[in-house]
Amino acid sequence: MSADLKINTEPVLPPLGTIGFLRWAWRQLTSMRVALILLFLLAVAAIPGSLLPQRGTDPLRVDQWISDYPAWGSVLGTLGFFDVYAAPWFASVYLLLFLSLIGCVIPRASQYWEQLRQPPPPAPRNLSRLQEFRAEETPDSPELVLDRAAGALRGWRKVRGTDADGTPWLAAEKGYLREVGNLTFHLALIGILASVALGGVFGWKGNVIVRVGQGFSNTLTQYDAWGGGRFVSADGLQPFSFTLDTFNVEFERGQAQRGAPRAFESTVTLRPTPTEGEERASIDVNHPIDVGDAKVFLVGHGYAPHFIVKDDAGEVVFDDSVVFLPQDGDFTSTGVVKLPDASPQLGLQGLFLPTTQLDPVNGPSSSFPAPDNPSVVFAGYTGDLGLDSGRPQSVYSLDTTAMKRIGITQLFPGESWDLPGGGSVTFTSVDRWASFQIAHDPGKELALFFAMASITGLMLSLLIRRRRIWLRAKTVGLVTVLESGGLRRTDAGDLGAELDAVRTAALAPTKKENT
Amino acid sequence: MNATALAQASNAFIYMTMFALAIAMVVFSVSFAAGRRRVSRELVTSGSGGTALLEEAPVDEDQPGRRSANIGMSLTWLATVLLLIGVVLRGIWAARVPWGNMYEFSISSALAILIIFVALSVKRDVRWLGLFVVTSVLLVLGLSVTVLYTEAAQLVPALKSYWLVIHVSAAMISSAAFTIAGASAALALAKGRWEIPHIPSKVSLETFTYRVIAFSFPLWTFAVVAGAIWAEAAWGRYWGWDPKETWAFITWVVYAAYLHARSTQGWRGNKASWIAILGLVTFLINYFGVNFFLQGLHSYAGVG
Repeated sequence: MSADLKINTEPVLPPLGTIGFLRWAWRQLTSMRVALILLFLLAVAAIPGSLLPQRGTDPLRVDQWISDYPAWGSVLGTLGFFDVYAAPWFASVYLLLFLSLIGCVIPRASQYWEQLRQPPPPAPRNLSRLQEFRAEETPDSPELVLDRAAGALRGWRKVRGTDADGTPWLAAEKGYLREVGNLTFHLALIGILASVALGGVFGWKGNVIVRVGQGFSNTLTQYDAWGGGRFVSADGLQPFSFTLDTFNVEFERGQAQRGAPRAFESTVTLRPTPTEGEERASIDVNHPIDVGDAKVFLVGHGYAPHFIVKDDAGEVVFDDSVVFLPQDGDFTSTGVVKLPDASPQLGLQGLFLPTTQLDPVNGPSSSFPAPDNPSVVFAGYTGDLGLDSGRPQSVYSLDTTAMKRIGITQLFPGESWDLPGGGSVTFTSVDRWASFQIAHDPGKELALFFAMASITGLMLSLLIRRRRIWLRAKTVGLVTVLESGGLRRTDAGDLGAELDAVRTAALAPTKKENT
Repeated sequence: MNATALAQASNAFIYMTMFALAIAMVVFSVSFAAGRRRVSRELVTSGSGGTALLEEAPVDEDQPGRRSANIGMSLTWLATVLLLIGVVLRGIWAARVPWGNMYEFSISSALAILIIFVALSVKRDVRWLGLFVVTSVLLVLGLSVTVLYTEAAQLVPALKSYWLVIHVSAAMISSAAFTIAGASAALALAKGRWEIPHIPSKVSLETFTYRVIAFSFPLWTFAVVAGAIWAEAAWGRYWGWDPKETWAFITWVVYAAYLHARSTQGWRGNKASWIAILGLVTFLINYFGVNFFLQGLHSYAGVG
């Protein structure tokens, strides 16, 4: 037989087939080292979303950024850098991390289940090799000493046995909840991800600006922006409506933090369903209201100057307030009035200043957010508004490519501007508007539940120590030698003191024995 | 007491705290220097085996280094009491919790660092950490009174919520603990490179760092979750990748990596210490960088 043996000097690598490769990849993915790398990748991948404007939160600033840096903008846009948290590369990092987590946690859970069913392992032959070791003599019998120790180890899992030579020992273990906590924490993270996904798929969210005195009803066409999950139909929105009755804003007038907002309060008349009666409600910051399964939040506010436009015959062609969007903390706001029915078409591009200040360098600007001295500075344009081109247009911007500027002026309330081609524009008064976010997120309660579970699990896994104690009571001549040893299975804790307490109890007579 | 007097009293106590801390810093430095001199002398006499023995030998409390470290500790206790009074007076002046803007958050966090440190000192010998704690608190307070100072004012509407008490205090205490963990991680790295007397062994320092992070990481998680609950009420969503939220998440991920590193072969030592320092850096980026340079919803600094 030996003649058939050939010594192969080439290293033999087992053929790595598809299965083999998958197995290898899985082992790599579920290793702690790769989990660490993925954690760092996740941290790094999250950074650009905080540095660059994001479509989800601030689409206007994204467009601004791209027009400021066109070359970089197109590259970064293609790579998803303006929507980082929805980008495939970001998703792939966290999905890999979760896959690694699942691959790590499931085998651990089954291992742990096995451990739970088994008693603490028997005492090792040589206790003196453990991290903590003590040995001392006592005249008491081995059984009595171990009985006392067992009494002192309340709350520990204990098992007693004897060595081959008949020497009795006691094994005890504590801190099983640590692993429960660890598993709970990691499983709860999967739960949070699932809840977020649930909210994303079945939830919806819309934003709407409502001027004081105006109403809103919960249908898709009334929203300025609306987004829903894959399985949400905008037809099924609950048909509630409300009217914004009052909106009160106060700003700090003292020197410290001058201009900072101090109060936002809105009151609305709410009709939860078309058939139900009206009710008064207030919607404030930090105090949203629930309407059916939707929640209505107050998220912003601003000014809507009121204009009356007359044509050259003196007929009123426009009489309404127009929403202007705030641009800075002092509510310098921009807005546009479009008059497609005038001939030629008329457009006004305006700047609203709540507290007008004429700065010799920067021109007109606002020095305080409250409407203490309001004015509108605007430029008038005639020509083609471009509304018939079929291209969707923002109501907040004016496409002046096919228009001619006819003049620029500043109006205070009550003042009129006579247009060069006939007609007039009057700035009559200032209204306020409030913006509301209306949202339905069916995953958020579940997310909260899992978040709480994860914190509980985390505390169990970090604060509970897992450790083992063994005691062996040998009979040597006429005395008993009590050997005790302790093993820390996790970092923290003063196992030595714990071991000393058990030892002392084992060597000292208990109260019961004394009486 | 009227508002002006309260304001002046609060500021005066902050300055007195800084004065006490400055002396404590000098005294702690002396203790380091004294210890160093003693070691070099003994190394000459006892030869190469001396260093190992020195660590085990009971520390003589009459040594000049120990005496000044004790004075430093007393001064730190004094500073803690002074700062506590200063922060409480600030709260009375503002008639609310004293963490409604960046100045107040900073002085309250400084107080949290000192309280955690002196609380630790009751049960164990943490005098070795004194110099670093005192220096970082002094830095925080110095920045507070110079760059961040604002008069007490009312809160913006978004902050008027009981979550201000819950979310911000959890963030403050955990960030204070992260600072202490960062200091001991840095010491562990230094100890691995140079022989530094009077401070525990590298492994003890690493264990200390781990224990502090094991305390602060769940608290930070809670702060983030409490912030999410509050954000849901105030802004209509519980998570929106606002820059502050993003960086809180990054900090969370880095400390999660630290805890994983602690249980990974080959990562427990220096690498884990570096991660603990990185975690503190991401927190500081969030606190200073995001407040000053990035636009977001958490614009409550009230600076400038």
